[in-house]
Amino acid sequence: MKHEIANWGNYPVVTADEFLPSFRSEIPSLLQQKTEWVARGNGRCYGDASLAENVITTTNLKRIIDFDHELGIVNCEAGVMLDQLLEVIVPHGWFLPVTPGTKFITIGGAVASDIHGKNHHVDGSFSNHIVSMQLMLADGSLLLCSATEHPDLFWATCGGMGLTGIITTVRFRLKKIETSYIKQLQLKARNLEEILDMFEQYKHYTYSVAWIDCVKQGKGMGRSILMLGEHASLHDLSEKQKRKPLQVFNKSLFTFPFNLPSISLNKFTIGVFNTLFYAKNTRKEIHNVIPYDPFFYPLDAIFDWNKMYGKAGFVQYQFVLPMHARKAMVDIFNRIASKGFASFLAVLKTFGQQDSMIGFPMEGFTLALDIPIRPGLFEFLDELDAIVLANGGRIYLSKDARMKAEMFKKSYPHIGEFVNVLKQYNSAGRINSALGERLGLSGQSH
Amino acid sequence: MSSILVIGGTSDVGIAVAHVYAAKGFDILLAGRNLENLKVVAADIEIRFGVKTQCYHFDALNTADFETTIQQIEPLPNISFYVVGYLGDNELAITDNKEADAIIQSNYTGAIHIINRLARRYAAAKAGTIVGIGSVAGERGRRSNFIYGSANAGFGVYMNGLRNWLQPHKVHVLLVKPGFIQTKMTAELKLPKLLTAKPIEVAKAIENAVAAGTNTLYVKWFWRYIMLIIKMIPEPIFKKMKL
Repeated sequence: MKHEIANWGNYPVVTADEFLPSFRSEIPSLLQQKTEWVARGNGRCYGDASLAENVITTTNLKRIIDFDHELGIVNCEAGVMLDQLLEVIVPHGWFLPVTPGTKFITIGGAVASDIHGKNHHVDGSFSNHIVSMQLMLADGSLLLCSATEHPDLFWATCGGMGLTGIITTVRFRLKKIETSYIKQLQLKARNLEEILDMFEQYKHYTYSVAWIDCVKQGKGMGRSILMLGEHASLHDLSEKQKRKPLQVFNKSLFTFPFNLPSISLNKFTIGVFNTLFYAKNTRKEIHNVIPYDPFFYPLDAIFDWNKMYGKAGFVQYQFVLPMHARKAMVDIFNRIASKGFASFLAVLKTFGQQDSMIGFPMEGFTLALDIPIRPGLFEFLDELDAIVLANGGRIYLSKDARMKAEMFKKSYPHIGEFVNVLKQYNSAGRINSALGERLGLSGQSH
Repeated sequence: MSSILVIGGTSDVGIAVAHVYAAKGFDILLAGRNLENLKVVAADIEIRFGVKTQCYHFDALNTADFETTIQQIEPLPNISFYVVGYLGDNELAITDNKEADAIIQSNYTGAIHIINRLARRYAAAKAGTIVGIGSVAGERGRRSNFIYGSANAGFGVYMNGLRNWLQPHKVHVLLVKPGFIQTKMTAELKLPKLLTAKPIEVAKAIENAVAAGTNTLYVKWFWRYIMLIIKMIPEPIFKKMKL
């Protein structure tokens, strides 16, 4: 049935024919019905990946195929969401090897975006933990891919935004945990220099991320709160927590009821919010032991929080810059603050070394900020792109809805290899998306 | 160990009911047309809930094999749930007997073949619950789906009579009459959100109705009154309506 779909940023919106197979066995005949397809998970990427005229939504393919409690290896269908998986693995003392800031994404989406988490500098991205996966090509044939089987296709699929085929199942390694709690340390940084130094100083922590204020200018520019965490051991827990050390936390508290008028989020209100947030953490250091849920998924507590950006939608601008490009970071900060493209949420994080074919992470620091869509924004972001490119950085495709093809091609160094894989396995361009079109990756342009 | 047999084990409501009972520790027996798909559902249930599962081939259009299987299932499951349904294409069924038969057999005659066998075993055991899914479509014939509706009407009457027949044997018979459910059967229809139940809501309502010994369950509850109003419309007026 044709209807309008959009991803998390509510931009762009496309009219699509959406199909929801209940079983993997239905996909081959489905693929024959139309010429062009893309797979879609829970629509939690922000931009135009997984949007196309014909969409195979995998959210009903949500079965776990096997789970080895001893070795911590799980094999599941691509539509399984992280919240479901946590319910199954946490009671057995296992955790996701890599998790983004929301548990409402599918495993297929995790692979297609090659997601990173707060532990990237220690554990790398999701692809580091995949044993193998099954990928269905447009002709209905099913290939097992791993670092040793069809490795080219494997690496093009990790971070390939769904353009190689339909990911149907994924087998991956989990992380052993003793408790489902996180030992947290929160620290305040007065400015950008200080927070960047602190990431270096605390890099031995498994999890690290900073909330950063992009409105404040002058001496306090880049003031932040650094959040560090380790999986808690049994002896870290309070007596009450010890009674159920591997409890599953899965609470949603509040559903955002409607789209706010876009005027309600402006430089002023965001500035007030940011000041309050910073001030709330009055002490310079906070130590505590908290459930995994508020540590990893603070925003999941508010369902549909994207609606607060209004009907016009928003983009999340996420880039990575090499470690040495601090000056470029300051430049970008100044431009954001002076142009008044305020961001409610800005998140800063360092990446460890990684050199994948099409994945986003590379050694450096990454900043992600949400910006409501309004006139002049895209031109402004093109300006920022130029700075990112000149300093050897790049943009995260899962968040992106507007980058120009040229910027993409210049900033992803292994793009040639990626295109070669598409030529080989998706030669007719039958797997394609709005993102593929925009970035010049669709069949005709190979 | 308690167990439940779900006939139509790859349907959305069938899976939801299996999950609800597996969460209570019931072993799960699944029957359906596609054994490969059933096994996918079963493996997932074993991993999630740590219960035992068993899969059986069953085709509502050819029930003979499963009738034999049913007599051999040991122990007899505490609950048997028939959730096979085929909406079909009403217009096609008017011209094509094959389509008409498929609708009637899936929703009515096939159900009777299977439930009769189960009923005899439950009667002998003097305990148990039989749950069948009918439809509010069976309450009044409408132009858009009266072949499906008439099969469901027949099924409803069968379940009434069966309840009466099993009464002396202390066997509980529950007829579920859902309104709209958001499933693959209705994926192509535009359904009013307020009137449409999710499979998991239907499953939880069934669990409660089984526990309470309810005879007829409407999900959502107001469908009872919607259908009451629809049934009260005088035929001279009703026949001109487009429902």
